Amino acid sequence: MDVQEEAYKTEAYELLAELEASLLELEEYPEDMELIGRVFRAMHTIKGSGAMFGFDAIAAFTHNVETVFDLVREGKVCVTKELINLTLSAGDHIRDLLESEEEGDALREEEIIRAFRELIPEPESSVEAAPAEDEEGPVPSGVLTSYRIRFRPDPGIFAGGTNPVHLIDELRELGECSVVAHTDKIPPLSEMDPESCYVFWDIVLTTGQAENTIRDVFIFVEDECELVIGRIDEDDAEDRIGEILLKRGDLSEDDLDKALKRQNLLGEILVAEKVTSQAAVSSALMEQDAARKQISRRKEEALATSIRVSADKLDDLVDLVGELVIAQARLSQKAIAANDVDLVSIAEEIEMLTGSLRDNAMGMRMLQIGTTFSTFRRLVRDLSAELDKKIELTTSGEETELDKTVIGHLKDPLVHILRNSIDHGIELPDEREGAGKKPFGTIHLAAEHSGGNVLIRISDDGRGLDPEAIRQKALEKELILPDADLTDKEINNLIFAPGFSTASQVSDISGRGVGMDVVKKSIEQLRGTIDVDSTPGVGTTITLKLPLTLAIIEGLLVTLGEGFFIFPLTAVEECVELPPDEAARETRFLSIRGELVPYIRLREEYAVDAAKPDLEQVVVMEAGGQRVGVVVDSVVGSQQAVIKKMGSAFKNAPDISGATILGNGSVALIVDVNKLLDSKL
Amino acid sequence: MAQTILTVDDSASVRQMVGFTLKNAGYEVVEAADGREGVAKLSTSKIDMIITDLNMPGMDGIELIRKARAMAPYKFIPIILLTTESQDEKKKEGKKAGATGWIIKPFKPEQLLGVVKKVLR
Repeated sequence: MDVQEEAYKTEAYELLAELEASLLELEEYPEDMELIGRVFRAMHTIKGSGAMFGFDAIAAFTHNVETVFDLVREGKVCVTKELINLTLSAGDHIRDLLESEEEGDALREEEIIRAFRELIPEPESSVEAAPAEDEEGPVPSGVLTSYRIRFRPDPGIFAGGTNPVHLIDELRELGECSVVAHTDKIPPLSEMDPESCYVFWDIVLTTGQAENTIRDVFIFVEDECELVIGRIDEDDAEDRIGEILLKRGDLSEDDLDKALKRQNLLGEILVAEKVTSQAAVSSALMEQDAARKQISRRKEEALATSIRVSADKLDDLVDLVGELVIAQARLSQKAIAANDVDLVSIAEEIEMLTGSLRDNAMGMRMLQIGTTFSTFRRLVRDLSAELDKKIELTTSGEETELDKTVIGHLKDPLVHILRNSIDHGIELPDEREGAGKKPFGTIHLAAEHSGGNVLIRISDDGRGLDPEAIRQKALEKELILPDADLTDKEINNLIFAPGFSTASQVSDISGRGVGMDVVKKSIEQLRGTIDVDSTPGVGTTITLKLPLTLAIIEGLLVTLGEGFFIFPLTAVEECVELPPDEAARETRFLSIRGELVPYIRLREEYAVDAAKPDLEQVVVMEAGGQRVGVVVDSVVGSQQAVIKKMGSAFKNAPDISGATILGNGSVALIVDVNKLLDSKL
Repeated sequence: MAQTILTVDDSASVRQMVGFTLKNAGYEVVEAADGREGVAKLSTSKIDMIITDLNMPGMDGIELIRKARAMAPYKFIPIILLTTESQDEKKKEGKKAGATGWIIKPFKPEQLLGVVKKVLR
């Protein structure tokens, strides 16, 4: 964006802010002519400079508001609450137009204009509709078309100060472009005039722009060159190179026929025969290529159509696929047990098919996270304006896909993290400049795949977390002991501790009583993890690690007596044996590599009284920022589990989040580790 | 290094608008009030491009273009003529004298920059 536009935008934003303030004041003192004048002048300036600096849509729209306020000034229209609300939304709309640089929400615009028009008393009802945008030039049709362009400048073109290469560069900017220079007209050095142009070009351009846009490139040299622009039809892809040369007039029909009789690498023959030049042939080949590409692109576009399916149907499908996976697992076990080679091979084939079916069904529930990202733009803009901060939101990885349920539950935590970044992270412009940073703060939202997980990072380049302040606060809240030996990272992670909020001043933006602990809880409910990294003065990055889907869980299958249980693998850190001498003691602390880890006995929790095995296993898990062991009978291994919801009869067992059916038909309960340990810690 | 553009116009406000726009876009600007002053500036500074008005007292734009094209360093630089729509004849004459292109008045800053970016690379 050039400086002038930037200057206009800055000015317009200021005017909009002033407009809003004046309007709110006007609501209280509707008769105040001074205020009415201020609103009118703001609108007038936005409109006037808009037209000069190329914001035609804004100028046209603002014109309507200005007209009404002109009437207000003359006392012909009264200031009402309705008018103020309408003008406020008009201000919002102008802001949208400034932001988007595009048409904006045409429907909303029409609605606002109509409402303004209704406010005008009869004889004055001459508010103009937004003028048709005839100045905008040809709007790219979006459909890519290939053109063949022959540009043969007059020898004297240099004398007019034109550099033909610049023109070709300009063409390149319009789209995918291949260029062949014809150099065969360059005379021997002794006869050459260095100030003349002997070269001409064949260009194949594939662009969404109209032909006129291409002609506009050559507007200054129209009379000083030979310019032929033609559309390459898709039929041309089938054209033989000879036919293309014919169409372009580079070859006569007789010459072509002669060469065709020899039917042997036509291009080479034609060049050898000296009936056409090597450049002409390669240029024709290039065109053939472009036409073919165009066809394949059309096909891709045709494939990209989609149909709408209700979410319920998709959920049903995923459910059924889950059942199928279970049934298939049973089949596989049966086949292996029966030792029937034919059956095993069928079972394997079905296993493969169900596997892809499951992936496909899961894939259908996936949504791109980009739509969620884009809703944050308004949030960031509004909040930063409210706090007089300048913040830019950048995003990457919008195309990353996540299960729709996960995306649905992700919005609130993300909003909270963003609020925190805006409120606490990014400094005021003055403070930033003082610290040698650019006045604009940046918040970056990034999403990416990482194994079976999706990582979402929210990074800001603000002041970062202050470990000393956090430590102090944690001490005050008695979250840590005064002599606790913690690394900066551990201290930073204290912001997720319940009841923690660092803002020394509770502002309107964050600190509404919900802290980062709530964020952490909601992320954990999605079976994800949250982590913070921060460098004082440089910025903070919060990383969310989320599972791709909620319907399937990577779990660790363990046994307890006769029963099976599954722990989410994300929570599991390691598995160790419970030493027999330790098992005999009552202390319930296990020393793992010198570190004391408290443990609980699952058989006691679930009152299992089956016989204990000789050697018990401890699954060490992370919960509530602490390592905790859970003693089970044996560890079977990792297991992909399709989650089945539990009926309401189990509502009093909050630490069981669901169940799954194992290959042998038995049921394994899925343990919500956080809930299980919460009650213990 | 920033490229230097000579703007020649007898109207101070046009000079100011053109100068402001170009400076904001990062170009160096040398101003002259008529053709004669323009030619003088050409011989004292190194100019990468000329934007000149057509009608000026003293030496007009066409004459300036002819003079500039006769100077070895300015034989091939881009020269843009500012004209009004009605002066189609003059446009042709300017082109013949060696103008690279033209801008029709009145114009918006971005139109000016569009043309400058087109011819000066």
